[in-house]
Amino acid sequence: MRKKLLFIYIFIYFLKSGVSYSLVEIDITRGNLDPLPISVSPFYSDKISEKKIEGNLNIANLGLEISKVIENNLSKTGLFNTLDRESFLQKPDIAHLKPRFEDWALIKSQVLITGKVSSKIINEKDYIKIEFKLWDVLGAKMVDGFSLTTVPTNWRRVGHKISDKIYERLTGESGYFDTRIIYVAEEGPKTQRIKKLAIMDQDGFNTKYLTLGNELVLTPRFNPTNQMVTYLSYFRNMPRVYLLNIETGTQEVVGDFPGMTFAPRFSPDGKKIIMSLAKDGNSEIWVRNLETNIQEKLTDHPSIDTSPSYSPDGKFIAFNSDRSGYQQIYIMRSDGSKVKRISFGKGIYGTPVWSPRGDLIAFTKLHKGKFFIGVMRTDGTGERLLTENFYQEAPSWSPNGRIIIFYRETKTDEKGEGFSAKLWSIDLTGYNERLVQTETDASDPSWSSLLGN
Amino acid sequence: MNLNKILKNAFLVILMGLIVTACATKKSVKTTTTTTETGSSTTKAAETQKADPIEKLDALMQGDVYIGSDTVGELASGVPDRVFFATNETILTTASRETLRKQAAWLRQNSDVTVVVEGHADERGTREYNLALGERRANAAKDYLMTYGVSSDRIKVLSYGKERPVDSGSNPLSWSKNRRSVTVKAN
Repeated sequence: MRKKLLFIYIFIYFLKSGVSYSLVEIDITRGNLDPLPISVSPFYSDKISEKKIEGNLNIANLGLEISKVIENNLSKTGLFNTLDRESFLQKPDIAHLKPRFEDWALIKSQVLITGKVSSKIINEKDYIKIEFKLWDVLGAKMVDGFSLTTVPTNWRRVGHKISDKIYERLTGESGYFDTRIIYVAEEGPKTQRIKKLAIMDQDGFNTKYLTLGNELVLTPRFNPTNQMVTYLSYFRNMPRVYLLNIETGTQEVVGDFPGMTFAPRFSPDGKKIIMSLAKDGNSEIWVRNLETNIQEKLTDHPSIDTSPSYSPDGKFIAFNSDRSGYQQIYIMRSDGSKVKRISFGKGIYGTPVWSPRGDLIAFTKLHKGKFFIGVMRTDGTGERLLTENFYQEAPSWSPNGRIIIFYRETKTDEKGEGFSAKLWSIDLTGYNERLVQTETDASDPSWSSLLGN
Repeated sequence: MNLNKILKNAFLVILMGLIVTACATKKSVKTTTTTTETGSSTTKAAETQKADPIEKLDALMQGDVYIGSDTVGELASGVPDRVFFATNETILTTASRETLRKQAAWLRQNSDVTVVVEGHADERGTREYNLALGERRANAAKDYLMTYGVSSDRIKVLSYGKERPVDSGSNPLSWSKNRRSVTVKAN
C-alpha cells in the first residue's frame, strides 16, 4: 500500500563486522541491570540540504529527528542508556568527521553514534542520503557504519535500519526495529466493541487502519515471508479466515469450509495457512496450501483443537486442546501424526506460539484466576512465567526471538466501567515490561519479520 | 509508581477472594446435585459457611450457572430466548432444557421461522478457545432443538466467543450471564 522500498545502498560497511574486539558487547541473555552508556549525536545537514528537506517533508531538522528515532529504539530495549544530548561537548558535524574521544569519555559514553543527512537529486527526483558511523569511545576508533539513499518520506525507516545495525553490532543478535506490528484497534463499550485491523511501525508511528470497523475482525497474523496477513472476519456474519494483501488492499476468503474457520497462522515458508474449523460442536485443525489449494484435516478428536502454530522448520505444529478435560498444549508432526501433550504444570494452557529460534514455545496460562504469559521448551520442560495479570494473552515473538508482545485487558469496576485493552511487550528474560503505544485500545498483536530493502 | 503497585496488589487480593468464593459455591452445589437423596445435610453444611454476599448470589446462580432473569429476552411471548452454562461447560441444565423445549414447541408451531443460535463465552478464556467453546454451546442448544422436532436446516449456529458480552462486569455474576446461547429469529 505504501513505502516503496527504494533503498539504494551506496556502501555497506566501512569496516567488516567482527574485526574490532575492543568494542563493548552486551549480553542480552540476562536481565540487563547495567545498560551501556551510548551517545547519539544529532545527525547534521548542510544549510542547502536542510532547506531542501524542509521543503519536502516540512521537518525543520531531520537529522535531529532521525537521531531521536534511534535513541527511542535503543533506550526501549533496556540494554542502552542513551545520554542526554545537552551534555554533549562536541558539535555534531565535527564529531561525525573525527570525534574527540576524550570529550565523549568525559560524559561516560562508551559508544558514540554520529551521522549526516544530505539532499540529493537523482533523475530529477528528490532523495535523501543518510550516513551514519558507530564509534567505540574507549577503543578510540570507528567500528561500523553505512550510508544509504532513499526517498525523503522513508526517513523513519532509515532510523530503524541504523538502530538495527547498532543493535546487531553491540549485541551480536539481529535487530527488530525495521518491522511493523499488525493488531486489532478497538473502541466503544465492552458489550459493543468496534474492531478494525490496524498496522503501525514497531515504535508506534505511521498507524494505518486497514478495515472500517463494519464487521468484527480478530487475530491478524503476518506472513513471515512477505506483506500478506491472515485474519478472522465476521463479514456477512460468516466467521471465516481471510487473506489480505496490505500493499494492495485486496482480500479473499481462505478455502471452502462448511463452518466457522478461525485461529489462522502461516507456515514458516508462507505457503500454507493452518487454522481451526468448527463444525457441529467440534473444532479440528486444518491446513490449506495456498499454491495447490489442497486442504487437509490434521487432527481427529471430539475435543476442541485450536490455536495451531508451526515450528520454524515447518516439521511440527503446537496447538491447544481440551482432550484431557482442560485446555493444554500439545505438539504433533505437521502431518498430524504423533500427538503429544507437553504442558503438565498447574492450571490451563493455551495459545502456543513457536519462537522463531525454534527452542521455545510462548503460551498463555490461567491459574488461580490469573493470566500469565510464559515460555517453555518444546518438550514442555523449563517452564518460565514472565508476567502475570488479571487478563492477558496472545503472545507474538519479535523476529529475533528476544521480545514477546501481547495484549492485556483491565478488570472493570462495579459499574462495569473502566475497561481497556492495550499492547505490552516484555523481554524473554522477564525484564523490561513496557506499554506499547497505540492510538486506540488494541489487542491481538502480530510482529512482522524484518522488512528488508 | 508505588501507589500503582499498592492498588494493583489490593486489586489482586480482591480478585483472589472472588475466585475462592466462586470455587466454594461451585463445589457445594456440585455435591448437592450429585447426591440428591442424601444431599440435605451437605447443603446445610455448605449454607452455614456462606457469608451474606454469597447468599445473594445464590438467588441468581446455581453453582456458577446463571438462573436469574436479567438480560433474558423472549423469542416469542412466554418463550425465553437464552440458556446459560457453567464455566468451560456445554452441558444443558434442567432449566436450560425446559427453555429449549419451549423454543422447540414454538418453532414447531411457526414452521416458517428460521433461527440463529448464537454461542457465547465469558472473558476468562483465550480468544480462540472461546470461539470454539461458543460454537460448541450453540450446537448443544441446536442439537436439543432438533431432538424436539426442529429440522436442522432451520437452525444456523454462530459463535461469538467472548466478543459480545451482555454484561460488561468483571465478576462471577457478570461472567455467568455472558456464558450463554441465544436463539434469535433470522427472518
